[in-house]
Amino acid sequence: MIEVANLSKRFGSTLAVDGLSFAVEPGRVTGFLGPNGSGKSTTMRMILGLDHPTRGTATINGRAYGAIRRPLHEVGSLLDAKAMHGGRSAYHHLLCVAQSNGISRRRVGEVLDLVGLSSVARKRARGFSLGMGQRLGIATALLGDPAVLMFDEPVNGLDPEGILWIRTLLRALAAEGRTVFVSSHLMSEMALTADHLVVIGRGRLIADCSTAELVASSSQSYVHVKTPDVDKLVAALTAVGADVTEVDQSLRVTGIDSAVVGEVAAREGAVLHELILRQPSLEAAFMELTRDTVEFGGAESVEIGA
Amino acid sequence: MAVPVTIGVPNVLVSEWTKLRSLRSTYWTAIVAVIVAVGIAILGCTSFVRHFAPSDLDGFDAANFSVQGLYAAQILLGALGVLTITGEYATGMIRTTLTSVPQRRSMLLMKGAVFAAAALALGEIASFGAFAVGQAILHGKGAGVSLADHNVLRVVIGGGLYIAVVGLLAFGLGALVRRTAGALATFFAVLFLPSALIDLLPSSWHDTVMKYAPANAGTQILNIQHQHNMLTAWNGLGVLALYAAAIIGLAVYLIGRRDA
Repeated sequence: MIEVANLSKRFGSTLAVDGLSFAVEPGRVTGFLGPNGSGKSTTMRMILGLDHPTRGTATINGRAYGAIRRPLHEVGSLLDAKAMHGGRSAYHHLLCVAQSNGISRRRVGEVLDLVGLSSVARKRARGFSLGMGQRLGIATALLGDPAVLMFDEPVNGLDPEGILWIRTLLRALAAEGRTVFVSSHLMSEMALTADHLVVIGRGRLIADCSTAELVASSSQSYVHVKTPDVDKLVAALTAVGADVTEVDQSLRVTGIDSAVVGEVAAREGAVLHELILRQPSLEAAFMELTRDTVEFGGAESVEIGA
Repeated sequence: MAVPVTIGVPNVLVSEWTKLRSLRSTYWTAIVAVIVAVGIAILGCTSFVRHFAPSDLDGFDAANFSVQGLYAAQILLGALGVLTITGEYATGMIRTTLTSVPQRRSMLLMKGAVFAAAALALGEIASFGAFAVGQAILHGKGAGVSLADHNVLRVVIGGGLYIAVVGLLAFGLGALVRRTAGALATFFAVLFLPSALIDLLPSSWHDTVMKYAPANAGTQILNIQHQHNMLTAWNGLGVLALYAAAIIGLAVYLIGRRDA
């Protein structure tokens, strides 16, 4: 369980994180979304005690990161693929990190196997591809078998096979009851991986809801209807409170769900050729949300769904 | 799996030792430091013996002459000290280090302790190696001294201590400046600028600066005889150690306050 309360970070005149509050629950994958520069990495760095908050607190299982006695046994983190010395072999990178927290050499071998780097364990990390670097970073995070995991852009630089591997790993870790907090700018990836989303823009909370709710709440979701009985159906749908617009000889219905549209059509005896619930991709929903923060820079955070 | 309740000093020391010994640059720097110290002893002493005249023995400090290479080796120890910490900042490893050991101030002290032990071992190997090779050559003309002679052991042990303390000073500067180039430049400035700029200073400051400049103070340990207007051997090394301690102390204070 990660809790962030009224967290702010100021760099000079820039407020990178502005009064952020949210909680990351165990047992599910929580996606952390926001445009570049929205404060995701800064927030993660404050949770890990690397940056000092200007105001507010970030705690893991109720304690500040610096107060955790064996951090790697409680929290595993991957901030970027380069948080290692390129001159050191994968094995020695993992070994020195393990030793600092009293973790055995056997566990180093286990995590190397787990991420598929055993065959290059003695090679220096400098020669690793970005994807191999990510795998080594994930191995580092898993060393202490922690209950809380934080990954900043873990699929960055991975090939499709690697992306699938990460997705499966993240879901498996959450299924074991762990807290999994993953930032990404790849909304489509989060749609497949995350159960819950925390969306920020300009350092402020925009949404804290399930992935499904974020998609459903978008103003871009509507029921697409094609019918030869346009006038009859429009009148009937409007009468039950729907907003109907005519686009390219089809109707775009919002305000009521697709089942109601079908029931109204049946009652009126209107013939339907098409009845489709159109939902935007998570990407589109996200763009819509963050566009709003850009347009209305000082707007209050929006409570979505729930 | 048996795990300690909390991170202990031994955990961090072992981890930092693994870090130091798992980089090739550590070995290269160490090997070159010893080669430079011993090589300069060979070159200097061979040349001395070849052009030997009995009058050369007047005021000749054979112990000091054989460890002249430490002046060059100290630069390598300094580079190693700087890189031990700036290498972590340059590569991003520091973020992994600080999330593994959030007790930043202890971590930096442990890292410094491991480096100090390695630097001292390396310094003594370089110093004793240079002395042994140098004296073997000088003995050909009866110009050599032995470790049993007055103050000789102090010069040779002190030579290793001196370059280890120089390495620690560089380590402290690395932790303070955090960037390799800036830290190396600062290190060279601390070591060499006082003597380079001495003539620009008011003459009333002259003696004090000469006496207390870090390199001048520290190198008194390399002389058999006490030099006029300079600190004594151990006081001089003590002053150099105080500079190193002050810089490391400031770095330890700041690492807890700065964002990583």
